[in-house]
Amino acid sequence: MLKLICAIIARDLRLAMRRRSDLVSALFFFIIVVSLFPLGVGPEPELLRKLAPGVLWVAALLATMLSLPRLFADDHRDGTLEQLALAPQPLGLIVLGKVLAHWLISGLPLALLAPLLGLQFDLPTDALLMLSVSLLIGTPALSGIGAIGAALTLGVRGGGVLLSLLVLPLYIPVLIFGAGAVDATLTGLGAQAHLSLLGALTLAGVFFAPWPTAAALRIALE
Amino acid sequence: MMGIYWNSFAEFLAMGHHGIYVWGAVGVMALAMILEPLLLVRGQKALVARLQSQFRAESRDNSGDRRADRPFHSEGQH
Amino acid sequence: MPGTSINWYRFASPQAFYPLAGRMIPWFWALAAVFGVAGLYLGFLVAPTDAQQGEGYRIIFLHVPASWMSMFIYLVMAFWAGLGLAFNFRLSAMMATALAPTGALFAFLSLWTGALWGKPMWGTWWVWDARLTSELILLFLYVGFIALQSAIDDPRRADKAGAILALVGVVNIPIIYFSVKWWNTLHQGSSVSLTKSPSMATTMLWGMLLCALACWMYAIAVALMRVRMIVLERERQTEWVREVLRGGESA
Repeated sequence: MLKLICAIIARDLRLAMRRRSDLVSALFFFIIVVSLFPLGVGPEPELLRKLAPGVLWVAALLATMLSLPRLFADDHRDGTLEQLALAPQPLGLIVLGKVLAHWLISGLPLALLAPLLGLQFDLPTDALLMLSVSLLIGTPALSGIGAIGAALTLGVRGGGVLLSLLVLPLYIPVLIFGAGAVDATLTGLGAQAHLSLLGALTLAGVFFAPWPTAAALRIALE
Repeated sequence: MMGIYWNSFAEFLAMGHHGIYVWGAVGVMALAMILEPLLLVRGQKALVARLQSQFRAESRDNSGDRRADRPFHSEGQH
Repeated sequence: MPGTSINWYRFASPQAFYPLAGRMIPWFWALAAVFGVAGLYLGFLVAPTDAQQGEGYRIIFLHVPASWMSMFIYLVMAFWAGLGLAFNFRLSAMMATALAPTGALFAFLSLWTGALWGKPMWGTWWVWDARLTSELILLFLYVGFIALQSAIDDPRRADKAGAILALVGVVNIPIIYFSVKWWNTLHQGSSVSLTKSPSMATTMLWGMLLCALACWMYAIAVALMRVRMIVLERERQTEWVREVLRGGESA
């Protein structure tokens, strides 16, 4: 079982490496969106510190959305998905592997890049660290929940916009606890409760979401 | 208990200076709950008309091919 | 009573359901009108004023039923959608599709009446109150469901994809509600909240219940009207639809 998941992850990472430009584009999207906010609201450090957790987290949600439509689309186009669905292994496990791979190429880079952007917002060190930690804990849930939307809109016209319409409302709890954790660190309150709840969301998102995703994929393949 | 609370119709309309909010809420809700069924009735009529003309066109085609001399009996025989 | 079970299966087929629904619709309209008139009479003419909120509080006779219906319809919609997915009942999937626009309408009306209530009470059209925020997110969920179903051309796939989305939404609604509530208490502390409803006099309670019943009957009537259209559209290739339309059916 673990071997299957690892094989899927390795395969998806290999494919992603062939399309490095997509990965870099999503990261630059993240950087640009975050950098637009000071230009929009003004450069006062007080205000920027207050906005930073929300801005960085919302930008992370949007950057995650960019790579979601591709999650199953390529495999669907070349028929791999059909073969995976026919494989004796449960489709949910295969989806789990793809979700983890998606996190490695979208969520993880965002979490590592975010502290650098936090500097633009004059965040103190402990908040920068918390930003990274909350993104590390929270972004797997984004990949998991996003996979449901990606499977539902597979091969549907206007898929990309539709996908954000379906998935963004479901991201709200992750946003609340993720940005809340950074905010709590900024204001000197502990972020322990936020992180625990974020962790619970991620566990639920990563381990339960693959099953409706698998069901949605089977419907799309019918 | 069951008596009318208001002393005059004007007082009822004024709603204690909250008239615009109360009647704004009532108006939009009433409008929505009248428009939705009206649109549905219209949609149903349009759908029935569309399907009926479609069926008529189909049965005309059939009779044109096979029973051109008996146009009046074509309906209902498939 | 063997007859009952046979009847149930019979009415689960679109062919038998279509005329039955047509006969039921006027009854639900009548009930909606009776409950609505009674509820509005109690709420707007009989009920005394609220000491704290003045006459503006009368908006709750619209706002609370609309909110209840928007949440209740989502649950009912997910129930029918799930039933359709699990047992492949065509009719129950169509019912879910028919309910969605009405649920979205009630979510919108809840927001609209909430804003018009908030303005005189709190001096602002919108507060990021936990309930208002959840209602807004519920509207987003309805919009997502409708958009997904209308983007998929194949009706069978639209039914099933919509069902999965509705079920995922139902699982998420409590999570969203509690996270918004938590967020709200952290950020607003002791600020205003809709939960502090006025101490309810019996008349008010009755008025509100009757208004809610009226909305319920309205929702059933409208959903039946819409599901009849969907049935007709989806079954247009079948003989019974030709039969019905030839028989001079016009409404």
